[in-house]
Amino acid sequence: MTPAVRIENLDMRFSTDRGEVHALSGIDLSIEPGAFVSLIGPSGCGKSTLLRCIGNLATPTSGRVQVGGRTAHEARLAHHYGIAFQQAGLLEWRSVQRNVELPLELHGVGKRERAERAAHLLELVGLADFARMRPSELSGGMQQRVAIARSLAEEPPLLLMDEPFGALDEMTRERMQAELLAIRERTGTTVVFVTHSIAEAVFLSTQVVVMSARPGRIVRIVDVDLPSRDEDAREHPQFFAGITAVREALRGRTSAALHGDDR
Amino acid sequence: MTRLKVLAPPVVVGIAALLLWQIVVVAGRIATFVLPSPTAIAAAFGTVATDVVQAAIATGTTALIGLVAGSLAGIVAAILAARFRLLDEVLSPLSAAANAMPIIALAPVFNAMFGSTSPVPRRLVVAVAVFFPLFVNTARGLRRIDPVHAELMSSLAVSGWALTRYVRLPTALPFVFTGLRLASSLAVIAAVVAEYFGGRQDGLGSRITSAASATAYPRAWSYVLGAVALGLVFYLAALMLERLFSPTTRRSR
Repeated sequence: MTPAVRIENLDMRFSTDRGEVHALSGIDLSIEPGAFVSLIGPSGCGKSTLLRCIGNLATPTSGRVQVGGRTAHEARLAHHYGIAFQQAGLLEWRSVQRNVELPLELHGVGKRERAERAAHLLELVGLADFARMRPSELSGGMQQRVAIARSLAEEPPLLLMDEPFGALDEMTRERMQAELLAIRERTGTTVVFVTHSIAEAVFLSTQVVVMSARPGRIVRIVDVDLPSRDEDAREHPQFFAGITAVREALRGRTSAALHGDDR
Repeated sequence: MTRLKVLAPPVVVGIAALLLWQIVVVAGRIATFVLPSPTAIAAAFGTVATDVVQAAIATGTTALIGLVAGSLAGIVAAILAARFRLLDEVLSPLSAAANAMPIIALAPVFNAMFGSTSPVPRRLVVAVAVFFPLFVNTARGLRRIDPVHAELMSSLAVSGWALTRYVRLPTALPFVFTGLRLASSLAVIAAVVAEYFGGRQDGLGSRITSAASATAYPRAWSYVLGAVALGLVFYLAALMLERLFSPTTRRSR
């Protein structure tokens, strides 16, 4: 089976005012269709950059990125993925519904079909009653739900999420996580999810990719096998085992970097 | 109540200034041919009121046509400059140079080019005058794109024109209207002054020059009043548009 995402020997360097930054080094990663993969690591480890390489919003210095059997560039042009960022990034001058419709409108989907899709998606994220409102009239969590609905508008096989719940309070965050899982249950989308919360990564993911500090390398891939993904899962021994495994992988690399790679 | 508080000080000061003006002129401190008294101007205004209105309509038409044409040109140029970097490097210094040039200096040249009976030269003067504020403000607004929006549109693999239409222009809209507000008074000034250089004798500018050269100063001042009123009408109309499209009051479409 063609992997949903395949990354081979990816290297990323870019130059800034303060010299060259080696952001990512020797990344090899294969993501199976239907997987929920979280990228986690210390700040500045390049996890967002890696996500952008998959989405062809950044170009690696060397290495190969394949998305759904095509190059990342082809996949982007074919509207193969939807993306949600830490900021909702809604267009303030459009209603909630028309924000969800945006990808469809840009890609020439007819008005009636757009409205039907948007209505369905807004129901999916529990915002059916807010379709006519403006984004600024919504709370941060609701705006983020609109952004997620927008990312799902074209039923993409792949969903890229860059800390989408990072700016939300803990309560909203947990509710959004449950909603995201429910949505994925129904759509079967492959998800690549950047986060810096260990608990979030373990709760959501089938695999947690643990990365080191700059230059970002993959330290370990932790498989998470929770018996269920409801609220009880947060109390399950497997959940705690996953958290421990991820934490140790993060700490191991951090201490090694402190002692061995001191510059 | 609050409206009264806002309005009262300028009204009181204005009336006091008018009174002082009247007293000084009547007391003979300033010769009436230098500065006519307010009552003399009011009397003159009464006799030429309909003509002031007609002249204001003529000048207002010139200003409006020039304003619309020049604004459209400025907006389109800014869009093109935002779209094509090369064009930006050409247009920005050119428009700055055009702005540094006293626009009024163009009036006699345009008159010679198009013939002094044509309405085109004065409209062109207005258009050139308003081009710069619209160009600069629109260009500034177009550059204000939110990085998240830019990335989103990039992920959706849309053309540069779609980016302009769906994100850049709506983001820039409040800036466009700020430019329009700045340009509105400028348009009236340019229209009045352009008439000083000959051409058809139907506007406020030509009325002011002919009254002044006939030493009918109260009459000249009546037309100046007309020009002030016209400028205010333009400014207030543009201000209303700006309020209508400011980010806090914009309705979803």
